[in-house]
Amino acid sequence: MTYKRNIDRLPIPPKGARVQNVVCHYCIVGCGYHAITWDVNKQGGPLPDQNYFGQDLTKQQAQETTAWFSPAMYNIVKQNGQDVHLVLMPDHDCEVNSGLGSIRGARQGENSYSEVTGTQSQRLTDPQVYRYSGMYPTSWDDALSLVAEVTRRVIEEQGEDGLIVSAFDHGGAGGGYENTWATGKIYFESMKIKNIRIHNRPAYNSEVHGTRDMGVGELNNCYEDAELADTIVAVGTNALETQTNYFLNHWVPNLRGTSLKKKQDQLAGEAHPPTRIVIIDPRRTTTVNACETESGKDRVLHLAIEPGTDLILFNALMTEIAAKGWVDKEFIQASTTDFDAMVAANKVTVAEAAQATGLSADQITKAAAWIAEPKEGKRRRTMFAYEKGLIWGNDNYRTNQALVNIALATGNIGRPGGGCVRMGGHQEGYVRPSDAHVGRPAAYVDQLLIGGKGGVHHIWACDHYKTTLNALEFKRIYKKRTDMVKAAMASVPYGDRVALVNAIMGAIRQGGLFSVDVDIVPSKIGEDAHVILPAATSGEMNLTSMNGERRMRLTERYMDPPGNSKPDCLIVAGLAQALEKSWRAAGKNDIADKFKGYDWKTEEDAFMDGYNKHAGGGQFVTYERLRVMGTNGFQEPAVDFKDGRIVGTKRLFADGKFGTKDGKAKFMPTQWRGLQAEGKQQEKDKFPFLINNGRANHVWQSVYLDQNNDFVMGRWPVPFIEMNPSDMQELGLKPGDLVEVYNDNGSTQAMANPTPTAKRKQTFMLFAYPTGPQGNVVSKGVNEFIIPNYKQTWGNIRKIADAPEVTRRLTFKSQEYTTG
Amino acid sequence: MKRCNQMVELGRRQFLRGGATAVVTTAAASALASGKAEATPALARVNYPSQRLANVKDLKVDQPVEISYPDKTSPGALIKLGRRVEGGVGPEGDIVAFSTLCPHKGFPLNYVAADKSFNCPGHYSRFDAEKGGQEIFGHATQNLAQFRLRVESNGDIHAEAVDELIYGRLSNVLSV
Repeated sequence: MTYKRNIDRLPIPPKGARVQNVVCHYCIVGCGYHAITWDVNKQGGPLPDQNYFGQDLTKQQAQETTAWFSPAMYNIVKQNGQDVHLVLMPDHDCEVNSGLGSIRGARQGENSYSEVTGTQSQRLTDPQVYRYSGMYPTSWDDALSLVAEVTRRVIEEQGEDGLIVSAFDHGGAGGGYENTWATGKIYFESMKIKNIRIHNRPAYNSEVHGTRDMGVGELNNCYEDAELADTIVAVGTNALETQTNYFLNHWVPNLRGTSLKKKQDQLAGEAHPPTRIVIIDPRRTTTVNACETESGKDRVLHLAIEPGTDLILFNALMTEIAAKGWVDKEFIQASTTDFDAMVAANKVTVAEAAQATGLSADQITKAAAWIAEPKEGKRRRTMFAYEKGLIWGNDNYRTNQALVNIALATGNIGRPGGGCVRMGGHQEGYVRPSDAHVGRPAAYVDQLLIGGKGGVHHIWACDHYKTTLNALEFKRIYKKRTDMVKAAMASVPYGDRVALVNAIMGAIRQGGLFSVDVDIVPSKIGEDAHVILPAATSGEMNLTSMNGERRMRLTERYMDPPGNSKPDCLIVAGLAQALEKSWRAAGKNDIADKFKGYDWKTEEDAFMDGYNKHAGGGQFVTYERLRVMGTNGFQEPAVDFKDGRIVGTKRLFADGKFGTKDGKAKFMPTQWRGLQAEGKQQEKDKFPFLINNGRANHVWQSVYLDQNNDFVMGRWPVPFIEMNPSDMQELGLKPGDLVEVYNDNGSTQAMANPTPTAKRKQTFMLFAYPTGPQGNVVSKGVNEFIIPNYKQTWGNIRKIADAPEVTRRLTFKSQEYTTG
Repeated sequence: MKRCNQMVELGRRQFLRGGATAVVTTAAASALASGKAEATPALARVNYPSQRLANVKDLKVDQPVEISYPDKTSPGALIKLGRRVEGGVGPEGDIVAFSTLCPHKGFPLNYVAADKSFNCPGHYSRFDAEKGGQEIFGHATQNLAQFRLRVESNGDIHAEAVDELIYGRLSNVLSV
């Protein structure tokens, strides 16, 4: 049966209920929410003077009402030790989402930890250590002193390169300025850790080195630009499903024509033709369907390229645009360098690009015209947006730069209706001491671990078993190495700390690895850890982040963290103090002294130590000021504090000055070189099916909370693999049948999902799922800066089993909106 | 834009139709409820009315009948699907009824017979009428509210309960 909550009534928030500012803790869009809380023993009434909304709830509320919340927005949680009702509902006054809630964010209430309703009972409540052949709760002091002892001993024997770190570097849940600062301070200031990686890639690097090296920071526009553009170019981004409310609240009004008034007001003196959109994606997504629904098919150009050929397409578009003279000569002259050299180096004919991409020549020239052909003598305003299709695709660095070449050449950076931006994954929240010592290219950390390097591994909210490439091989070796340490630990009494640490060190010398996992829930890699440290998440602590238009807000703490869990920044503080003590006890006072400066009592102390002192414009920003700025916040960087408000920056580079030494954006040569990462072409030649991969609308990231959510698990119990029905027929597959996806890298499982719009032999699998990690079949091939290529993966598919009950009950109808 | 206008028009029609009678229904029911409250303790669940929607012989496959339940301001659709489904009633086990307010933002859903789905013109959400209103795609945080049905021996179809909270009301029965 389809999952139903059978809830037919919810408590009414009383008049005077407490309201706090919240930003959704999931994706980069950062929708504004309100946390409404009130005493568990009280309730409001249906009459206007009895309820928080001031509305007559004896009546059916109209569409888009502000006075309704769904059961998924409700829970009972602890606040300062007392049970309170919690409603987490979208804020209609937030400019980002205007009251819209996505299927992911609008379930944050239900996905909160509750001892009363039993939701998220998976949450970690206490530190745990491996003893007596299992993981058992212990005190913070006990856990941290063990971590510190082993870490110190490993560093003494192997140097700081023996400590390997996996850590978040973003905003939102499992991140935030407070926590990135704290982790940065301990690993980059107190220590100089080089072997560190980020949650979704095997090295410590930017996903967008390309654009940064041109002086063009990747989040350079504002969401309003999507309402002002004449043309939107969407590359490898399925915005409806993954940045839902940015798409619905800012792209759709433009596609529908309802932002015309805004264009006329802000951009007077030029024509405002009907909006066009170019979507570059090998797969027909629901975003394409929605754009066609809003604009009409004749204003949507979907370029379903041969996977991995974006680069040659961009070079051909650049060549065509330059040949037609549709470039912004004045801007190029004043604000850029190396234009002519770039055009010469990247010259590709439309015919060559058509051959490689599988597009027609007409499609390519049409795209060039839609992007750059002047409108009634004026420059066309075109916004370029890209995400994982490009970032996790073939030849990341050059492809990124090739797209920025076009945006710069057409004068579309720093101006209304323009921008060349990544769409983003998590929110951002990066402030750390210099990482220069890490170097470039950074160490390929996964390969170090697979190669037996390192003795201790600190993991902060990362789950490699689900979210890395070459994941099956990684898991195989990681388990082997950590099992060696477990066996050693089981050989001595836990209470004999000296003997225990000696045993651990003995195993490490034999190639073992001691694993410390900090997370909010049990993770897959955590199953092989020796110490687990429970963290608090956004809303259980005050947490600051910025969204995809650099909009910074404070999520206020509206509930208590589960049990003894703590904000990551305070876990760092405890670890630093334990390390200081350990080094001092070992007689190394000079090293111990490096771990001073962590006397933070609250996350606000970490914020003031980090963001306020070190971020650009950070001196203008405090918690108190952010509370006043509400869910609209301000756009970073802050430039002033005036009349009680933080003054921000709507668009970057609006003055034509870029992030290079000479202030000029640099055009780059980006020659096409086929499938760049080692082994990809051979894999393509050997295996019949493209195993493209990415996200789905229902779920956020690696479903770390949703794996405990009945609504989501009732929809996607196993990751889907979208397949053309004819391919399914050839393999004897029915909808919901379980298949094995396999190649020379590994194997994984999925559920066959018939998709008539999928091209033959081009599948699409849900990424990072615990019940079937797609990363198992992704090769270790990376680019020159250790950026993985998840998207261009090829493999074979075979049936494992008929549809089990959990998939038999699912709907397999098309996801595309239809009017019949 | 044409599609949008249709949507707005449809929405207006549905809400006006419901709204006009709602005042009377709610007021009458409230008076009744407050009278009862003095004598009996509150019930654990809302007290759903049993309401006749149609007779099985009135239904034709894929021709939805506009209904409302539990009261006039909560629009729904009664459909004979032509295929036996879980939760279906009637001799062929193929009769179902759903709320037609999208549980995302309350826009009126359109039934598309071609694939037996409900579609929201507001933000493209889709629900499968053959799978208990399972959200095929979309933004609602719940599957579509289905009305529980009972068929009498004479073929009369009655709605008797709802399995999810209906959009726009914090109690499925407004007058408790």
